[in-house]
Amino acid sequence: MAKIEFKNVRHAYPAPSDQAPVYALEQVDQVWEDGGAYALLGPSGCGKTTLLNIISGLLTPSEGAVYFDDEEVTHLPTTERHIAQVFQFPVVYDTMTVYDNLAFPLRNRQVPEDQVRKRVEAIAEMLDLTNSLKNRASGLTADGKQKISLGRGLVRPDVKIIMFDEPLTVIDPHLKWLLRSKLKELHQQLGVTMIYVTHDQTEALTFADKVLVMLEGTIVQVGTPVELFMEPNHTFVGHFIGSPGMNVLPCEVKNGQVSYRSHLLETAHSHKQEMEGKLEIGVRPEFVRFDDAGIPVSIERIEDLGRFKIATVAHEGDVIKLLVPDEVKIPENSPKIMFDPERTHLYCNNWVVK
Amino acid sequence: MNKTVNQKAWWLVVPVLILVAFNAFIPLMTVVNYSFQETFGNNQFFWEGTTWFEQVLRSDRFHAALFRQLMFTGMIILIEVPLGIAVALTMPRKGPWVSVCLVLMALPLLIPWNVVGAMWNIFALPDIGLLGYSLNSMGIDYNFTQQPVSAWVTTLVMDIWHWTSLVVLLCYAGLSSIPDAYYQAARIDGASPWAIFRFIQLPKMNRVLTIAILLRFMDSFMIYTEPFVLTGGGPGNTTTFLSIDLVKMALGQFDLGPAAAMSLIYFLVVLLTCWGFYTVMTRNEEN
Repeated sequence: MAKIEFKNVRHAYPAPSDQAPVYALEQVDQVWEDGGAYALLGPSGCGKTTLLNIISGLLTPSEGAVYFDDEEVTHLPTTERHIAQVFQFPVVYDTMTVYDNLAFPLRNRQVPEDQVRKRVEAIAEMLDLTNSLKNRASGLTADGKQKISLGRGLVRPDVKIIMFDEPLTVIDPHLKWLLRSKLKELHQQLGVTMIYVTHDQTEALTFADKVLVMLEGTIVQVGTPVELFMEPNHTFVGHFIGSPGMNVLPCEVKNGQVSYRSHLLETAHSHKQEMEGKLEIGVRPEFVRFDDAGIPVSIERIEDLGRFKIATVAHEGDVIKLLVPDEVKIPENSPKIMFDPERTHLYCNNWVVK
Repeated sequence: MNKTVNQKAWWLVVPVLILVAFNAFIPLMTVVNYSFQETFGNNQFFWEGTTWFEQVLRSDRFHAALFRQLMFTGMIILIEVPLGIAVALTMPRKGPWVSVCLVLMALPLLIPWNVVGAMWNIFALPDIGLLGYSLNSMGIDYNFTQQPVSAWVTTLVMDIWHWTSLVVLLCYAGLSSIPDAYYQAARIDGASPWAIFRFIQLPKMNRVLTIAILLRFMDSFMIYTEPFVLTGGGPGNTTTFLSIDLVKMALGQFDLGPAAAMSLIYFLVVLLTCWGFYTVMTRNEEN
C-alpha cells in the first residue's frame, strides 16, 4: 500500500533539436492517497498515459520528483517499484499456459515453486480462472487475456499500486460491466492503490472514489464524482462529464451583477464588482427548467429518452439544453426558462470564479 | 433469394489452366517422358521402364551429391537462421538509422547470382584476390581452387553473405510487429533479456521464421549458379551439389534418361521436405 506524490513533475518527449520541447505533461503536483481508487479521465492525447508511465517508472519525468510513501523514486527502475500495470491491449505470453503466465512475474523474482503455486492458485480463484489454468493463454478471449494481465500484477505479494491504462477498450460491452465490478471488488478486498485511466466518463465515475480530470497536460480538477458533477472547476469538466454536458453561455459582469444577453442572473458564488477576460456562465441541463418568469426561448428539438426528455432550445443564437422530467409538460406557447442560481457558476477564462 | 447456378463461370479459369499447362505441366511431362525411355537422337525412343530410377537411386555418385547437398543446406540453415535473428535483434527499431540498416541489408539480395559467384571468385583467388591474398599472407594456407575445405568454407561464406539478409529482413518485420506494451509488461514482470527473447520475441517471430527456413531450404537445396561460377563443383567433385551434378549429367554427358529420372527424384525430395517442414511447423503453432 502506498501513497504517491508528484512534486513539480513535467514531461516532454524528445523533440527535434531545433524545436522547443512540447510538454505532454505540464506542471503536476498531486497526491494519490494510500489505498484509494482513482480514475484519470480526459480526452485522447491529454497526457494520461504519460502520467501513468511516470508512476510506473517506464518513463522518467523531464523535471520534478516522484515519491512513494515519502521516499523518492523518480529514478527507480520499474522492477523495484512494487507496481503493476494493465495495458489497453491485453499482454499475454502466447506460448505459455495460463498458469505459467501468472507464475511468470514470481519466477522472474526467484520465488520458490511451492509459494508460486499457492499464489497462482489463490489469484486464479479470485479471477475465476481456476478452470483454464492448464490452457494455452493464446486461446483465451480478450476479457480472459485481460484478466491474466491483471492477474500477473496481483500475483506479486509486494504490489502496492495497480494501474490500468484503458483496460476495457477491447472488451465486449456486456463483459465490461462484469470486469469493472470485479476490479471494484478486488480493490475492496486487497486495499491496494488503484489508478484507472480512461476517456469514458461512465467507467471513471463507477470505478473511482476520486476522479482526476486532465486536459492538455494539466489536471484541471480532482474530486468525487458528485463534486465533478455539481461544481465543475473548469468549463471542460462541465462539458466532458455529464450527458449532455454543461451549457456554457457568454455573459457580462457589471457592478457586481452577472447578466446573460441582458437578463440578470444569480450565481452560486460571489465575485468581484468588475471582471476582465472571457466570461461565461455554466449550468447543467439538469438545473435548467421551464418557468414563465424566465428567459424567452424557442424550442428546437425534443428527444424523449423514456425517464426524461432532453429539450434543445435557443435564445439569440445560443443553444441551451435542459433535462425535463417525464411528468413535466413542455409549454407549447412562448416557453421561458430559468437557471437554478445555486447551480449556476461563473467562469473566467474557462476557470470557475469562487 | 435463389442463387442462380451457372457453370459457365468455369470457362474463366481456362486461360490460367492453359498458362499453367505450358509453363509447368507440359515441360514436366516431357521430363517424365525422358525418364522412362532411352533415346539416341533422331526422335527415336525405347521403353526402359524404371531402369533409370533404379540406376540413379543405387548410384554412389547420386548418394554423394545428395549427401553434399544435405550437408550444405543443413549448415546454411543452422548458421543463417540464428545469425539472421541475432542481426535483426541488434538493428534499431526507431530513428534515422532504420532506413540505412534496411538498405544495407537489402543490398546483397539485389545482386544477380552469377555476379555474386564471380565477385567471390575474384575476391577469394589466392594469388590476386583480396581475401585469398590476405589469408595467405597471414600464414593461413588457403586455396579454394585446390583444397576441398577452403572451397566449402568459401561457398558457405558466400551464401551466408548473400542470403542472411533475407532472414534478417523477415525477422525484423516480425519484431517490428510487437507492440511496445509487451516490452513494458515484461519490464513490470521483471523479465530478463533472455526471457523477453524466449517468451515474447521468438513466439512473435514464429511465422516469419517458418517462411525464412522454408525459403532458405528451397533456395539452398536448389543452389546452382553461385557455386558453379565460384568453384564449378570442384576441386574434384567436392562442391558438386545436386543441381550441378544434374546439369553435368544432362548437358555434359547427354545422359537424358538418367538425368530426367534424377530431376524427378530431386523434385520429389524438395516437395516432400517442404511439405514435412510446413506440417511440423504449423502443427506446433496450433497446439
